[in-house]
Amino acid sequence: MPLLEFTSRGIYCAAADVYLDPWKKVAKALITHGHSDHARWGHQQYITHHDNVPIIQHRLGKIVVAGKAYGECFKVNGVTFSFHPAGHVPGSSQIRVEHRGEVWVFTGDYKLENDGISTPFEPVPCHTFITECTFGLPVFDWQNPTLVHQQINQWWAANKAAGVTSLLMGYSLGKIQRLLKHLDPCIGNIFTHGAPEKMTQVLRAQIDFPDTQLITRETNKKEIQGNMVLAPPAVMGSAWAKKLGTISTGYASGWMAFRGARRRRAVDKAFVLSDHADWKGLLQAIESTACENVITTHGYTDIFAQYLREKGWNARTEKTQYEAETPETALTE
Amino acid sequence: MKAFAQLIDALDSTNKTTQKVALLADYFRTTPRTDALWAVALLSHRRPSRPVTTTLLRQWAAEVAGLSTWLFEEAYHIVGDLAETIALLVPNTQSHSQESLAETIAALIALKNKEEPEKKAYILARWQQLSSTERFVFNKILTGGFRIGISQKLMTRALGQALELDENTLAHRLMGQWSPENTRFEDLLITPKAADQLSRPYPFYLAYAAEDDFFDKQSVTEYHIEHKWDGMRGQLIVREGQLFLWSRGEELITNKFPEFAPFAQQLPSGTVLDGEILPYPKGVIGNFNDLQKRIGRKTVGAKLLRDIPTRFMIYDLLEWEGKDYRNEPLWKRQQQLAHLFERYSEQELPWEHSNVLQFDHWDAVATERNRAPEMRSEGLMLKKRDSIYAVGRKKGAWWKWKSDPKTIDAVLTYAMRGHGRRTNLYTDYTFGLWDEGQLVTFAKAYSGLTDKEIREVDRFVKQNTLARFGPVREVTPKLVFEIAFEGIAASSRHKSGVAVRFPRILRWRHDKKIEGANSLSDLKELLP
Repeated sequence: MPLLEFTSRGIYCAAADVYLDPWKKVAKALITHGHSDHARWGHQQYITHHDNVPIIQHRLGKIVVAGKAYGECFKVNGVTFSFHPAGHVPGSSQIRVEHRGEVWVFTGDYKLENDGISTPFEPVPCHTFITECTFGLPVFDWQNPTLVHQQINQWWAANKAAGVTSLLMGYSLGKIQRLLKHLDPCIGNIFTHGAPEKMTQVLRAQIDFPDTQLITRETNKKEIQGNMVLAPPAVMGSAWAKKLGTISTGYASGWMAFRGARRRRAVDKAFVLSDHADWKGLLQAIESTACENVITTHGYTDIFAQYLREKGWNARTEKTQYEAETPETALTE
Repeated sequence: MKAFAQLIDALDSTNKTTQKVALLADYFRTTPRTDALWAVALLSHRRPSRPVTTTLLRQWAAEVAGLSTWLFEEAYHIVGDLAETIALLVPNTQSHSQESLAETIAALIALKNKEEPEKKAYILARWQQLSSTERFVFNKILTGGFRIGISQKLMTRALGQALELDENTLAHRLMGQWSPENTRFEDLLITPKAADQLSRPYPFYLAYAAEDDFFDKQSVTEYHIEHKWDGMRGQLIVREGQLFLWSRGEELITNKFPEFAPFAQQLPSGTVLDGEILPYPKGVIGNFNDLQKRIGRKTVGAKLLRDIPTRFMIYDLLEWEGKDYRNEPLWKRQQQLAHLFERYSEQELPWEHSNVLQFDHWDAVATERNRAPEMRSEGLMLKKRDSIYAVGRKKGAWWKWKSDPKTIDAVLTYAMRGHGRRTNLYTDYTFGLWDEGQLVTFAKAYSGLTDKEIREVDRFVKQNTLARFGPVREVTPKLVFEIAFEGIAASSRHKSGVAVRFPRILRWRHDKKIEGANSLSDLKELLP
């Protein structure tokens, strides 16, 4: 029996009787990170990295959860588990599973670049590597993120000079904080929408961020003018966004590499910035694990697995219920 | 090239029309005129002929990117645009080319007659020298179809601002078959020569569909009502003994309609007429399919001319004795047109006069609309009596009120990825009807769903794929849609034996299971 199996409830380790990022209710769940398709509601017991504990508590409410440090080994029914940095969002991990000399690693979601807020990705040697491949196509080739953050600050400064408010949109967990971390507070003030503000408050206990002000009913439109507003993508075109006055809209996502996706999103400025590995990143990660087997889970799974087989890996695809983020679902969180 | 690529980038970076126009106007003001002329040409869908096939471009790009053919093709299917796929896959380098837009295109034109290795060397070198956006623009010029969300109308407006010239005058100067290879910016747009004007058509005036509240707001007595003829819109020009027939797509189609040659001798110089080319297979108006047989042929033989003669159904007069009549009110233009018919009625020209009807009540107009099938029209045109002949699609004076379309419930069987704004979404659908327990393809449709519905269908397609053929997926038959279409005719070229015109999705029948969809014989009952 393989060490990890793909069942109707989730990725299952029979030897330990635990699940990894299960999509149906289970007794014991090991969780890679706080995004809603990986950390779901209703499990009896959660085990995750320390930094992810407050995140999933914020999202899921009252849960039974135990926190672990990176690299800390613990046993469940004789199987050894440990969490390792995935670099995806704060508190995100890969999960290493070892039993009778065999090692499997499940990545959850990951990227190789240091985003300044998440503990950077560390390769973990293994026999079998279960990898996401959201951006598993050679057309995805990320620019140096420092340059992207420069573009964002330049855009903000130009808007500021024109008296226009910058509305920058991204996921409430991870992307917004990454954007915030690299905004230049010398340009102006930073305002936030409720959802990302709450998550940012949770993360302030772990990470230093520039100051933010929550937009409320009492906030004066004049106060906001020319400044930066951070919000989730769902506000695009909403009554909430209309109240901001004259705005220039920006959206940060890996999908913005596609012209069609940029035009559909209909934002004024698209920034290609992703919390997932690009094509080269995925290949580099796989090589650095020295694995023999690769299982691709969500994203361009078939194409990526076929390419890996061509290059000599024993690669296959397994179906999961992690929402392969697409240019469309990227809009809703 | 750099300035043009920056322009495209800047245009992509804003959604506000005024800003797009300002960016374009600024480009036209500051860029050398040889470049500006090519920009105008590209943005009005005129491009140099393609020097290499897309098959070769794909091969070369895969080679440069170090990818197997299958992987390149997969990437292309997902990106949905070849120019963009190549731009994304070819590695970036540091070198830069300073060639202008006009120089780049001149090189591409010269490339056409070169041998393949020389073509390859040139294109590979250019890919290496260009930034990602420049490469995208370069590839767009190479592959054609420069559709980047800038309408010709916007471009003309910007040009008007930059040159401080009237937009409608410019729209007229931009009409017809010109190319930067045979004209100059000044000659085309600023000081056009009289000789170049001989064949030049006027911009067509286009109608909007009448909305539901139209009839409450408008007074019927202010309107001229005509049938909306179901043929091909054309502009017939007679100047200095020569005949020019233009299609709405600004194609010169004089040679496709040799029966119209007598107009050149019979009508006085300086006559321009707006009308519909209609097939008259048995001495009466035929259907659009008959006309299609004429349009489809490279040469029109004697037999085809005998079987499907055409006539020009005239509804407007734009120029008379060399005078531009477009700013005269419609009633006056029609008066002049009536005189024209009277004066030349003995010549037996292949023309018809589209009858102008007047009514006292919209109810009576609705009754007339119901006569569309017997009149062989698509419905009615409602034109304000005092309307001028405007430029392009303008709201306010001309409206179309088409007959209700025919509809049928069909099952989604295949889906293909879209292009442009719909890239990497499954938006192009094939529909089937029941025939002896099988679903037989009867139409493809692309439009009619909301963005939200498109996303839902896209998700359905991805989760219910039975087989993949490149960009096309066969899906489990589960979803039923009501398909609307205009004309219907028997066809030996279609698997179903029936051809429908303008099929589009009317609504998603969530309430219907596939067993409840219509059959091919239901469709055939609608045949005239």
